[in-house]
Amino acid sequence: MHLPEYFFLFAAMGLVTYVPRWLPLLYLAHRRLPQWLVDWLSLIPVAILSALLAPILLTHAEPRTLDIAQPELLIAVPTFLIAWKTKSLGGTVIAGMLLYWLAGLLL
Amino acid sequence: MNNNSQDQTALHTSLQEKVRKGFGAGWPICLGYFPIGLALGVLAQQAQIPVWAVGMMSILVFAGSAQFICVAMLAGGASVTSIILTTFVINLRHALMSSALAVHLQGVNRRFLSLFAYGITDESFAVNMTRFNNGDWSKWSALSVNHLANAVWIVSTVTGTVIGQFIPQGAFGIDYALTAMFICLLVYQLQGIIFVATACIAAAIAVGWYLFIPGDSYIVGASMSAATIGFFIKRRTRDSHASS
Repeated sequence: MHLPEYFFLFAAMGLVTYVPRWLPLLYLAHRRLPQWLVDWLSLIPVAILSALLAPILLTHAEPRTLDIAQPELLIAVPTFLIAWKTKSLGGTVIAGMLLYWLAGLLL
Repeated sequence: MNNNSQDQTALHTSLQEKVRKGFGAGWPICLGYFPIGLALGVLAQQAQIPVWAVGMMSILVFAGSAQFICVAMLAGGASVTSIILTTFVINLRHALMSSALAVHLQGVNRRFLSLFAYGITDESFAVNMTRFNNGDWSKWSALSVNHLANAVWIVSTVTGTVIGQFIPQGAFGIDYALTAMFICLLVYQLQGIIFVATACIAAAIAVGWYLFIPGDSYIVGASMSAATIGFFIKRRTRDSHASS
């Protein structure tokens, strides 16, 4: 591929990425939101994060199978506790990486 | 005259303060992005995508998972149309995040929102939502988080393309950076029993959905279902207590 093809591909990808990020914000920020919608949206962050995380910790990809005996889940326990105790994003990321690295060396 | 310039200085200082707060909250995202950006760069280099194209992609798209899939699809010879469609489907989840952020950006002008929307990612969303919910967070701090993360993403993906081949696979637990970040961001959101319940429901639905339905619909599907179930549980308990 050359410059024009790359540019077309990435511009189109950028457009289909940007519009879903932009339209709801633009539309909803200038309307009075009904209370039920605010209540429902307040549960969206926790639901999305859990939906992103659970398959990483509990399944194996290609082929997709349930797998609870993996270092990802084992290391998630101390990482969770560190996050809970410290509330530090940077500290949790560093500690999680270190633990995962050590687990890889030991197991 | 004098008063006016004093006001402007105060305004300037407080803006600077807000940007600094944004950077303070956003740096751990960079820690997570750096290894992932490097990894993406390495894959792109292996797929023989030139370094300028990787930079262009990170600027125009700025969406980690979609970029990984794009590189894999390009390497596999997929059509441009299918790559664009896949990107659209994967990034549709951001519409939910954008809606949730709108609660905290009521009445903000459209130019700011248009700039802000560019930087809505899983990570910046979670950091900004947590801070907004705690109060004491401004739109400028939130915008700083987005753009700091974006800058690091561009630099790390480009760096990965250039030097990636020298980094051994799995070094320093870099594969776990994003997972650890998600764990901490999830912990931030567990602010009561209803949030814990919603998280458990979302996890169960997501795993089931992931196992039985191919593709990435499990993210949007599980989170919308879980938020809806959580919403009705909350409403029921509130009605039975008859208190706000």
